[in-house]
Amino acid sequence: MILVLEQLLNGLQYGVMLFLLAAGLTLIFGIMGVINLAHGSLYMVGAYAGTFVAAETGSFWLGLPAALGAAALTGLAIEALVIRKLYQRDHLDQVLATFALILMFNQLIVMLFGRSPVFTLLPAAFEGSVEILPGLYYPPYRLLIIGAGLLVAVGLYFLINRTRIGMLVRAGSTNRDMVRALGVDIRLLYTVVFGLGALLAGLAGYMAGPILAVQVGMGEQILLATFVVVVIGGVGSIRGAFVAGIGLGVIDTCLRAFLPGMLRTVMPASEADALGVGISSMGIYLLMALVLLIRPKGLFAAGS
Amino acid sequence: MRNRILALILILALAALPTITQELGEASLLALATRILIYGMAAASLNFILGYGGMVSFGHAAFFGIGAYVVGILASHHASGEPLFGIVPGTDQMLLTLPLAVLVAGLFAAAIGALSLRTGGVQFIMITLAFAQMLFFLFVSLKAYGGEDGIIIRRTNALPGLNMRDKATFYYVVLAITVLFFYGLRRLTQSSFGTVISGIRQNERRMAAVGIPAYRYKLYAFVLSGMGAGLAGALMANFLRFASPDMMHWTKSGELMIMVILGGVGTLFGPFLGAAAFLILETFLAAWSEHWPFALGLILLVVVLGTRGGLAALVQRITALVRRGVK
Repeated sequence: MILVLEQLLNGLQYGVMLFLLAAGLTLIFGIMGVINLAHGSLYMVGAYAGTFVAAETGSFWLGLPAALGAAALTGLAIEALVIRKLYQRDHLDQVLATFALILMFNQLIVMLFGRSPVFTLLPAAFEGSVEILPGLYYPPYRLLIIGAGLLVAVGLYFLINRTRIGMLVRAGSTNRDMVRALGVDIRLLYTVVFGLGALLAGLAGYMAGPILAVQVGMGEQILLATFVVVVIGGVGSIRGAFVAGIGLGVIDTCLRAFLPGMLRTVMPASEADALGVGISSMGIYLLMALVLLIRPKGLFAAGS
Repeated sequence: MRNRILALILILALAALPTITQELGEASLLALATRILIYGMAAASLNFILGYGGMVSFGHAAFFGIGAYVVGILASHHASGEPLFGIVPGTDQMLLTLPLAVLVAGLFAAAIGALSLRTGGVQFIMITLAFAQMLFFLFVSLKAYGGEDGIIIRRTNALPGLNMRDKATFYYVVLAITVLFFYGLRRLTQSSFGTVISGIRQNERRMAAVGIPAYRYKLYAFVLSGMGAGLAGALMANFLRFASPDMMHWTKSGELMIMVILGGVGTLFGPFLGAAAFLILETFLAAWSEHWPFALGLILLVVVLGTRGGLAALVQRITALVRRGVK
């Protein structure tokens, strides 16, 4: 029981990370109609910039603004130099141009920081583990991530549902051309949305640092899972990103934690482990295929 | 007529290549040329649905990898002497392995296509990617066939009467298959079937109104395209004497798309040019600097943002200029 609860919390933590990335991606997707494979690169940029500043200054908290700033600035630069030219192009050109960006960013990071993974320090107040239920010890840093993610979710909810910018974002993801026809400066809206998405990606990257290794290619590992979240949730829907992100995070974590053990009861251990890892890696893709076959536009598609 | 002469010159040049590389003493060039021919076929297969049919498949490396694994699995059963599933004996005869690889890749394409084609747009891109990733992880977890490390194929498949260990002989076999492949592809794109596929890309609703079942035609095209990629994969496994899950990783699918775009979407020889340009760039940039992916990314970005129609359009523009100059 304790083990199950612990894995559920781990799943929640992974799901929150996925949500932070997917929220930005789904807006960029839904409003601008751009498939941005380089979103994972922004996550990596945030992680490296924050970790670098944290290591130089010795303070975890000083790394945070550095991560957010670096990711947001990089995002704005990409938007101005590359993405802006892709709005009118088809998906194929978008996939390729942003794929090229991935190659360039990965190599830039190798040139600046080398290939070996960088490890980050935990903030002093969040080391060790706390007893959150009798017998259930859990690292407080992971709880911090869950808390931060939920806070962002609430913040986004108010931003999207209660502000003027949010109204334009909702309108934009339902019918882009109509918003433009009504005289809204859509280009400015695009820039704001892209910057916000980059900011959230940077936040996710920096928070992931102490748990996962900060290394080249870290963006691609989580990018595909993020795309699965966006597609399952429905393109352009923050609510969909939240539900699908948490759901996938929990399912993926639980599959990885429990499937090999369950298979071991019916087959030899070494084969069970290999097959268990394989099937649990396939899990999220299988889920996406199933969801798309039943609801071709995802669970909470905007404008459907 | 002019195109035929050009094609003939190209074939003759490619046929003379082994002799030329031997004279120059650059054996690695022959290996590069073999890879270009094989990837050219894979990219042209993808281009058939992507360029002609308008279906952006982001999981085409899956069929490439399946073709490779058919060769690898048959070879490993041939070496161990144990039949596959207890009934199918392994083999190392290319006359058997290539058709089988094409068939199996086609079956997978039929299953994946039948499900994926129910969606469209971004969802189609992502669902093809999802199926490819599933197959990738499936082969990673298959410990019996090497798991992550892949299978080493002890020797290249045999063809009666030929010494397939000789690099030049293998090159000629690949070249012959490539010529047949492109001849078939040209016939296919000019057939009524090819016209229907292009029509569906331009306006699916109108084609449906004319009375053409779009879904079925798209599925046929998807299966043919998967079979082409499977053929290329089977040849690649023979060339490398190796098959691994990396061959179906999503970045490989991305590379195939790069070749298509680089060369020119929806043209017959564009993907072939693209494969050549990509592999040559990769080889020479890698020799020049360890940071070659940066340069490759930059070139790719410039091509995507700056040119329309890729290398094929560039060649056409240049020949048009030259022709005007001659007049």
